[in-house]
Amino acid sequence: MSPAATAAIPGKKVSADLQRSMLRQMLLIRRFEEKAAEAYALGKIGGFCHLYIGQEAVAVGTIAALRDDDYLICSYREHGQALVRGIPATAVMAELFGKATGCSHGKGGSMHLFDAKRHFMGGHGIVGGHIPLAAGIGFAVKYKGGDQVCLCYFGEAAVNIGAFHEALNMAAVWKLPVVFICENNRYGMGTAFERVAALTDVAAHATSYDMASAEVDGMDVFAVHAATTKAVADARQGKPTLLEIRTYRFMGHSMSDPLHGVYRTKEEVEEQKKRDPIAALTHHLRDEGIMDQAAIDALDAEIHAEVDQAVKFADESPDPDPDALMRDVLAD
Amino acid sequence: MPTLTYRDALNQALREEMQRDPNVFLMGEEVGLYQGAYKVSRGLLEEFGPQRVVDTPIAELGFAGIGVGAAMAGLRPVVEFMTWNFAILALDQIVNSAAKMLYMSGGQFPMPLVFRGPNGAALQLGAQHSQAWESWLAHIPGLKVVAPATPADAKGLLKAAIRDNNPVIVLEGEMLYNTKGEVPEGELVIPIGQADVKRPGNDVTIICHSKTVSVALKAADQLQEAGISAEVVDLRSIRPLDEAAVIASVTKTNRCVVVEEGWHHCGVGAQVVDIIQRDAFDHLDAPVQRVTQVDAPMPYNKVLERAAKSTPEKVVAAARRVLYLD
Repeated sequence: MSPAATAAIPGKKVSADLQRSMLRQMLLIRRFEEKAAEAYALGKIGGFCHLYIGQEAVAVGTIAALRDDDYLICSYREHGQALVRGIPATAVMAELFGKATGCSHGKGGSMHLFDAKRHFMGGHGIVGGHIPLAAGIGFAVKYKGGDQVCLCYFGEAAVNIGAFHEALNMAAVWKLPVVFICENNRYGMGTAFERVAALTDVAAHATSYDMASAEVDGMDVFAVHAATTKAVADARQGKPTLLEIRTYRFMGHSMSDPLHGVYRTKEEVEEQKKRDPIAALTHHLRDEGIMDQAAIDALDAEIHAEVDQAVKFADESPDPDPDALMRDVLAD
Repeated sequence: MPTLTYRDALNQALREEMQRDPNVFLMGEEVGLYQGAYKVSRGLLEEFGPQRVVDTPIAELGFAGIGVGAAMAGLRPVVEFMTWNFAILALDQIVNSAAKMLYMSGGQFPMPLVFRGPNGAALQLGAQHSQAWESWLAHIPGLKVVAPATPADAKGLLKAAIRDNNPVIVLEGEMLYNTKGEVPEGELVIPIGQADVKRPGNDVTIICHSKTVSVALKAADQLQEAGISAEVVDLRSIRPLDEAAVIASVTKTNRCVVVEEGWHHCGVGAQVVDIIQRDAFDHLDAPVQRVTQVDAPMPYNKVLERAAKSTPEKVVAAARRVLYLD
């Protein structure tokens, strides 16, 4: 573990503009997910829908360390990363609604958001299944002599699956430009990590693969940004890193699940909400005089309007045409 | 026309495609330094270097996924499995990642990659190393599945697979690597989805693919001695399947036997029979018969193993049944 990467870096090392932009992105995710929950309750969104509320600092802090030509690949809890990467909220919401205007043309849904031109390599629905894909993207970058990196997001539950270990091993052996980002939100659906993992220190798994690692406070966007910045710089030099970013989801595993219940208490969730990454960032911005409350409120109102517009766009968009059913089963 | 082994025909296909397109690379267990478990990749490491001929750890799920990721980022991977028995560990990547990526991304991510390796039983390798997986793989929309029987088909279909913008499963015959056949010189690309009549005939159609082509041809020889003219139709491609070729032959002979290496239940032959009953029902003079491995794991014992497999004798017996000779 790199001590430098674990320490929270004071926000003032990040430009005021970037700090404001980080708040904007975190609020966008929060308001987007709140609206998604509403739309789900109304039956506008179907299937599984995994919300990112509570984990916003992870997507925002990590992606702030990327270049536009870098790659991202995610699990099925990827609305946040999609929005931060710049896929318009309209296209993400429309995908959740299953509409033709969605970023996967209505054929992916919440778990399968894609945007090739933004190098957003998907939302993948099988726990841990996409981790080798990240290594493959890194392999292709190295093969072509490029210097892009691939960020790969997964939950702590994915650490128990073989694909994680196979991918980390090959990424280390072949020195692939990948940053493996474990968003440790403590629970795989309703199972606490310590109930099913012999080793609960996720970052320690990196030692098995002779890989650098760091534990990061996932509620501190600046800490996330600093750790990722270092990991990305190392990855560009062919040194992959495993980041364990400790976070918490304030909602249930998916929209079908309760917020709390048999596997965690209401008190625990309430206690964790005191670590709300958005509240922490707004306090910081006020304390540093970067934004006052009026500016924050205005920003929030602007984002509310943007998300309302996304819902309206999704609602009014057409379903895919009937021919879409058999389109893209095979490429030409 | 030069005569090549099936192994060397595959090697030629890989070499020519890697020479043609720098984005084509080969990865798998023992493909480089060791020259391939079945020597299909002999000489490729020397010619193309370790960046393009990549030895992997024994981690089928992992390196199949690396192939998928590399294809997403613009390469054209050829992923070799030492045998398809081991590839079952990689099914999540083949089925959930490769086969669905184009569709679930709304057409954004084509998957130009090949998964290849030996399929089916060899001799006395026991239950876990003696399996034919085509009906599993051909079930999946988004995949193409080919199973060449001859050196020429092996070369032409592997080249077509590498050039295809879809994930193509190439099922090679473990018992076929040493077999020889004429392979045309120069560019040889065989379109995927076209069956081939390996022997014309009039009295009964024998539909087969991969290793069972030789089984069917031997059966046809034996039938010929009894004055029966059998037409041997090699499917070559299981998905897409050349329905027109099947119908054309059955329409001509009015009788049909379908042979495969795999198990009976939900096998490739079941799909072929479905096509025949639907589109050639009025042409049939007898119910279609199937010859398959018996519905049991492959035994080690040589006598039991032979009893389990599709053999020329079983095909002859089935042909005689559809001709109402027995």
